[in-house]
Amino acid sequence: MSEYALALAPVLGRRRLTQRSDEELLEAIASGDHDALGALYDRFGRVAYGLAFRVLRDQQLAEDAVQEAFLAVWRSAEGYRRERAKAATWVLTLVHRRAVDLVRREDRRRGDPLDDAPEAGGPTVDEEADLRDKRTAVQAALAQLPPDQRQALELAYYGGFTQSELAERLGVPLGTVKSRMFAGLARLRELVPET
Amino acid sequence: MMRMAQPELHDLAAAYALNALDPEDRWTFERHLDTCEECREEVASLREGAAQLAYAQEGPAPRPELRDRILRAAREERPPEVVPFRRWLFPVTAVAAVAASFAAIGLGLWANSLRDDESGQRVVAVNGAPGQLIVSGDQAKLVVCFDEAPANKTYEAWVIDGKTPRPAGLFAGGCRTVTLTHPVQDGSTVAVTLEDEGGAETPHGDILASAGV
Repeated sequence: MSEYALALAPVLGRRRLTQRSDEELLEAIASGDHDALGALYDRFGRVAYGLAFRVLRDQQLAEDAVQEAFLAVWRSAEGYRRERAKAATWVLTLVHRRAVDLVRREDRRRGDPLDDAPEAGGPTVDEEADLRDKRTAVQAALAQLPPDQRQALELAYYGGFTQSELAERLGVPLGTVKSRMFAGLARLRELVPET
Repeated sequence: MMRMAQPELHDLAAAYALNALDPEDRWTFERHLDTCEECREEVASLREGAAQLAYAQEGPAPRPELRDRILRAAREERPPEVVPFRRWLFPVTAVAAVAASFAAIGLGLWANSLRDDESGQRVVAVNGAPGQLIVSGDQAKLVVCFDEAPANKTYEAWVIDGKTPRPAGLFAGGCRTVTLTHPVQDGSTVAVTLEDEGGAETPHGDILASAGV
């Protein structure tokens, strides 16, 4: 934990976990605070599982990926630096990496969208509304991308295909895949408003 | 927009941010990232874009049991086991598996392909981290995956013959092949510790992974 976080710890301790920023939660996790891990899960568990399920299309595998990712958060939160990445990005990158590692191992990759979204346990109404807003914003941003950029991003991110697999699948040169992914990501970052 | 010195590596940043690099490219690129601050910034920036994609999907909600499962598993995790230096002299069978869960998948395939490519070599499993030690004569390559090293730290490989650990190379986190800079012989133990940046002449960190030659 940084000196800064250590100095703040007594102050933060008096604040409810739900009022802390994502970054403060990670710093509390780095100091071994189990409740902070629970609070982080409450914030990101839904989107993490949704992502893992989108990639893996299997409840058990998605649960495994999310569990492994949150345990990786638990073990390596000490290495998190808020000046390098937003906490949300850091956590979701771990979840995504676990999910694609698993999908490649299981060779379950498919590039088509989910047919339906079965409902399981319920998030709170507020969480639901926040996520819905965010989803709408990102979907709108994706819709503005040129179709080939969007396709490259979706097949890579949700499909778990590597860039060379994508080139083969799409029948285009590797360099084309690379530039589509780069342009798509850069544009996406500009299009989605900061939250 | 950030630029990298080498355009061909620059090209890999987006795929890396999307976790869409093939294992060999991932390794090459991570090694490049170790020395290129600009590239790290570029990856960080592209990752912000990639993480947005997590929100675009409309997946199901997790079962409520998952939260309990995760918190229980976290509580049951022991803190990393401290292996005093003297215990180096004994075979390490149960090493703290701090890094064990990371990024092993592509690596397995990759190490297998190495095994097929070259003959006359032995492949030994690594304890404590996903990976393999590939021994060919007195040369050895360690193919391992570790978490990103904390700031100002580096992973260091050691070759231990008898009681003396010899430095055998420094490396950063991620999945990579480390060609050991010290020869091995029958009975050598290869181990990995975390040391201060720049490495050490004798190990100070705990053994994170080990393999017997």
